[in-house]
Amino acid sequence: MTDTTARPRTDGGVVAPAGGAVGTARTRLEGRDKVTGAARYAADVPFDGLAHGWLVLSTVARGRITSMDTAAVLGMPGVLGVVHHGNAPRLHPAGLFGPDGQLQLLQDDRVPHVGRPVALVVARTPQQARAGAAALTVTYAQEPHDTVFRAGHPAGRPAPAAPARPDADLGDVEAEIAAAPVVVDQRYTTPEEHHSAMEPHASMARWEDGRLEVVDSNQGSFMVARVLATLFGLDQEIVRVRAEHVGGGFGSKGVGPQLVLAVMAATLLRRPVRVALTRRQVFSTTGLRPATEQRLRLASDSTGRLRAIDHATAAFTSTIQEYVERNTEASNVMYAADAIRTRTTVVPLDLPTPGWMRGPGAAAGSFALESAMDELAQAVGVDPVELRLRNEPSAGPVSGLPFSSRNLAACLREGARRFGWADRDPRPGTRREGRWLLGTGVACGSYGAGALPSTAAITARADGSYTVSVGAADIGTGARTALALVAADALGVPPESVRMRIADSRLGAAWFAGGSKGTASWSWAVTAAAADLRERLASVDRVPPDGVTGRGDTTDAIGALGKQERQSYGAQFAEVAVDTGTGEVRVRRMLGMFAAGRIVNPLTARSQLVGGMTMGLSMALHEEGARDEALGALVNSDFAGYHISAHADVPDIEADWVEDVDDSNPSGIKGVGEVGIAGTAAAIANAVWHATGVRHRALPVRLDRVLESGFPAAR
Amino acid sequence: MRVTLTVNGRRHQADDVWEGESLLYVLRERLGLPGSKNACEQGECGSCTVRLDDVPVCSCLVAAGQAQDRDVVTVEGLADPGTGLAPVQQAFLDAGAVQCGFCTPGLLVATDDLLRHCPQPTDADIREALSGNLCRCTGYEKILDAVRLAAARSGETAGER
Ligand code: FES
Ligand code: FES
Repeated sequence: MTDTTARPRTDGGVVAPAGGAVGTARTRLEGRDKVTGAARYAADVPFDGLAHGWLVLSTVARGRITSMDTAAVLGMPGVLGVVHHGNAPRLHPAGLFGPDGQLQLLQDDRVPHVGRPVALVVARTPQQARAGAAALTVTYAQEPHDTVFRAGHPAGRPAPAAPARPDADLGDVEAEIAAAPVVVDQRYTTPEEHHSAMEPHASMARWEDGRLEVVDSNQGSFMVARVLATLFGLDQEIVRVRAEHVGGGFGSKGVGPQLVLAVMAATLLRRPVRVALTRRQVFSTTGLRPATEQRLRLASDSTGRLRAIDHATAAFTSTIQEYVERNTEASNVMYAADAIRTRTTVVPLDLPTPGWMRGPGAAAGSFALESAMDELAQAVGVDPVELRLRNEPSAGPVSGLPFSSRNLAACLREGARRFGWADRDPRPGTRREGRWLLGTGVACGSYGAGALPSTAAITARADGSYTVSVGAADIGTGARTALALVAADALGVPPESVRMRIADSRLGAAWFAGGSKGTASWSWAVTAAAADLRERLASVDRVPPDGVTGRGDTTDAIGALGKQERQSYGAQFAEVAVDTGTGEVRVRRMLGMFAAGRIVNPLTARSQLVGGMTMGLSMALHEEGARDEALGALVNSDFAGYHISAHADVPDIEADWVEDVDDSNPSGIKGVGEVGIAGTAAAIANAVWHATGVRHRALPVRLDRVLESGFPAAR
Repeated sequence: MRVTLTVNGRRHQADDVWEGESLLYVLRERLGLPGSKNACEQGECGSCTVRLDDVPVCSCLVAAGQAQDRDVVTVEGLADPGTGLAPVQQAFLDAGAVQCGFCTPGLLVATDDLLRHCPQPTDADIREALSGNLCRCTGYEKILDAVRLAAARSGETAGER
């Protein structure tokens, strides 16, 4: 047995490598707490003297607050205070990525959209606060509003260029299109969508001995603490933010309105205050994926080789913060073409500020590009898998940079083999089962990969245990478990000897659980800390009682990285059945093959990918935020009106991956959080075309749309 | 009003309960049992599912007064204090059916109830029975695996008897 060498040595000497933890399926470290109900989320943690805050949201889409009858509310049972623009602490400009107008809550009388917090009623119990909020009369001077998005809106303006990826202007798009024998020119629309993490946002704030302590539901406690400190003009040293367990985020859990308001209330009332949002408040105040309208022009020669990609997109933003939905990233990296042009327009409207929602840019962008590719395949008469293989680039099509690793072709080939793609009759409407028409579709997706600067520390103890401290967040991704495996391998010890401390701003600078870069960023820092610790351990005879600590900071290493194209890739295959009587689309099976770098924990990674694909299915068929034009308000701000896929909507979904070695960072991780949703909606819409002969260029593919367009290809 | 009820085998009493108060509120805010989650408060997500006498209910939709003198089981009461995790809990853990875990308490109670009434469910039974429990993370595949696993394990133990 080699088992003994796999144990951590307790004499402080150099540990023998155990290795092999990364890549093995592990159940999650906090799983037991989650299945017993012991895991405490932000709204679950008790505090002595806790007061409760309840949001009051604006009911007009544009205007000014003229009066607020706080006196009546202050006399209600249990009410401790009302925070509003007349008494709220003044805030400094701050935000996760530059000053964010959304966070400037209760600073003036302006109302920029329906559902903007205008007051917080604080009381001894949640019920009393809620009753107070319901009783608060707010009067507005209403102004005409505009909440109807369309691409040609006169308020539209070119988006500022993304730092790493300006608008593409490769070759002469117009000349290529004019000269090409085959051109696809279509418009695609996607609606407003909502993250709908199951845990509504909640925060508790209190002042203790001159320090601000926060229990929060967020995706990165260090960065949230930094923003809070700047916002309130505090020294970051005195601000501590923790988010031990977070019930999903999908991009929505940055610095939430409930957090800013909880800190305001705790500051004014000098007692702990918790603010927990209701589901409706989550819909109104925590970001959304904006509606998009995209025009795609693809030109090819008669064999399907691309001569031009012209991708123009427009999405809305609010009037208080410019959020840009970057839909054209895929058009920059997916396919080789002689000419590529991308343009992005933002249309500021009297609507809530959009934000990152799972696969930001890519989810909606890939719907347009990959639907257009399917249309091109049909126009040229080439199999859609083959069409994509024919246009596989050898370097970044626009940037010319080398790919850190790119295995999309392997995903397509292996996926096609497993899905049984070769047997497909390319003609639409040929398969029927009673009243169901059947079809299959394929689409690809990509999402930017990489790592951002983070720090970590690992302490070796005399009892042979190792404590990893890293400001990571585990919003359900399994980061806590994945990082323990990375640490175990980097230290050469069994994972059982590793303890994790995460989700605390005191653990040092760390990147966010966002952009699919969390695990890659944190694990690099953990690897660096492990190397440092091993060196230190090598020079001591025994581990002293207070342990030995190694530290890692990846700032310099990341700064020194060469320029490359770094993306995760995926190819998705879907089979649908369309009911000719009701227009209902049922997905029967889906397969996603991914090239996503090194997979740390197959159990949690697979679940993340399947979860992403399911959100893509939901996007394809169900999700649509509906706004009333006259009120400017979201009318379906609950799960009855805003349907997210339920268990019975979801068929057999399989996610797997191909070998994808990316040496550009020591862990080789690319991230699996976003790529799962990139391409799913297009694969399903393409399958619906194959079943019915009708292209659905507007999401979601609702049954009324299917019925109205009929079944022209059905034979 | 005063409400007296049994939760996870223990008698509890809550005073000053307001007429409109839900059973979920009593559990979370008064009895210190936050395992049951509040994700929609209107019966659409199942995160708050508990067993009331022998019926799984959305506790956000049950008025506290309706629970008077009745028996409630929450996620905190599923595990057998003597033997550790309940079979459904172990199966959810082993199958990787838990991600963020926010839907998990309600799903466990719902699954536990499904298997009581239908020890060997088909996939269609499972999907239908659990469609009132929304999960935004997992895509449901691993949850299906977990229920199958729990059913298979209880089938084995039943066979041994
Ligand atoms: S919280 Fe009760 S069903 Fe959603
Ligand atoms: S595990 Fe997150 S909602 Fe189900």
